Amino acid sequence: MADVATGPQIPISVDFSGGLEMLFSNQKRHALSIAANDRDGKPLTIAFLIDHLCKNLMKDPRSDLFVLDGHIRPGILVLINDADWELEGEEEYEIKPGDNILFVSTLHGG
Amino acid sequence: MAPALCAICKTARALIKRPKNHAKLCKGCFITIFEDEVHHTITSSGLFFPGEKVAIGASGGKDSTVLASVLKTLNERHGYGLDLVLLSIDEGIKGYRDDSLETVKRNAVQYEMPLKVVGYDELYGWTMDQVVETIGKKGNCTYCGVFRRQALDRGAKMLGIKHVVTGHNADDVAETVLMNLLRGDLPRLSRSTSIVTGNNSSEVKRSKPLKYSYEKEIVLYAHHKKLDYFSTECIYSPEAFRGSARSLIKQLERVRPSAILDIVRSGEDMARLVPGQKASSCECKGKTAAPVAAEEEGDIGGCSSTNGRSPGGEMAAMDKQLRENEEHEGLEIDVTKLKLNEARKDVKEESVPIRVANGAEKATGGQVLGTCKRCGYMSSQEICQACTLLEGLNKNRPKIQI
Repeated sequence: MADVATGPQIPISVDFSGGLEMLFSNQKRHALSIAANDRDGKPLTIAFLIDHLCKNLMKDPRSDLFVLDGHIRPGILVLINDADWELEGEEEYEIKPGDNILFVSTLHGG
Repeated sequence: MAPALCAICKTARALIKRPKNHAKLCKGCFITIFEDEVHHTITSSGLFFPGEKVAIGASGGKDSTVLASVLKTLNERHGYGLDLVLLSIDEGIKGYRDDSLETVKRNAVQYEMPLKVVGYDELYGWTMDQVVETIGKKGNCTYCGVFRRQALDRGAKMLGIKHVVTGHNADDVAETVLMNLLRGDLPRLSRSTSIVTGNNSSEVKRSKPLKYSYEKEIVLYAHHKKLDYFSTECIYSPEAFRGSARSLIKQLERVRPSAILDIVRSGEDMARLVPGQKASSCECKGKTAAPVAAEEEGDIGGCSSTNGRSPGGEMAAMDKQLRENEEHEGLEIDVTKLKLNEARKDVKEESVPIRVANGAEKATGGQVLGTCKRCGYMSSQEICQACTLLEGLNKNRPKIQI
């Protein structure tokens, strides 16, 4: 998955809940190792991670349930180390080693 | 960027940004303010009385789980004196409801509340699986929704309970307001905005204590309190219309988070303009206004239907009702204004007569609850929706089985 990268890898954990785990092999927590820089040498951002997850981790073809028009689908909350991503710069946040990113859907019923 | 500090305690790191006012709060302060606001909703609308038996409509999903948790907390903290029971409906959908019912069973243990499960099969003779087998997937949500609403009433009645609370949140209400606006269904819009539905003539009243709580905050509350809830999508396709209204709401929220509560408030303001409707959020006023409207509605007959027809004879009765309404509004204005001023300081003089001026033409009477002639449960029609749907289903059953 991170085979295109040549630079250093950083370990992160990505969690899915609120029904999103259905799109990711019904697994809540994924421990990932991911390139610290993208192909242009820029630091790894949440925007890049979301794209990466869609291309590499999602097993379900319904990617529009996760991403809409190139951005996270409205109604899905993103928590970075338990903090609302709106407090952390949203897509621009630069991921650090050991970060936990949680995607939780508010869209599913019970 | 440097981590922001909580706007309330100024010490802990902010983890939540509130959609309604952009306040940055830490986990502890967020949980407290979320509970305090639900408490405020409950007390300001006089939702409960001490010693009341209340059934929580519990699906195992985020909303009803948060509702059960918050009500338990507030009941103990503020001494409401409520006798809380979990009431679950089993629609009879294999592979969907079984799992969420397991969650409700765990909740019953966690919150030390008795649990009652009522099945569609025992109530109606049909499981949703059988309904879908008969009518197909298209439109089955209508059946399910109609059956569920009455199932909660019937379940409550079995338990001798006269009050059911549901986990409907601000997003749900905003969505319903938009849908009824798009349909041009003002009476239903009006009814959907009130925090309590069902009046003195109905056996079971329903209320939504989370009416002003954002779905986002409900999910965050559940997350930070580590509540045990179940999320799944019904295996029968979700209703397309509701889905698109939902998407619209969520997209609006992304651009302007306050939009959701603003739609709820707009809905309430529109509801106040519907003849025969009590003002939005305070049930104590409704107790005087509702019976009058109900009696008059009896003469008018079918005027609560949604197709906007207006036979001549109804005009006089409508006029009378409108006048009565204005009188009631006159009596109620103090309290209403107080409430409005509290919410929005820049409120202008209320202009109730605007709707009245052209209201008589369209005969949009408030929906009034009576009882179904067939099953005796509350209904605004002679035969309730559930019985109407069942009639159709039962006619089809032999055909399908041959």
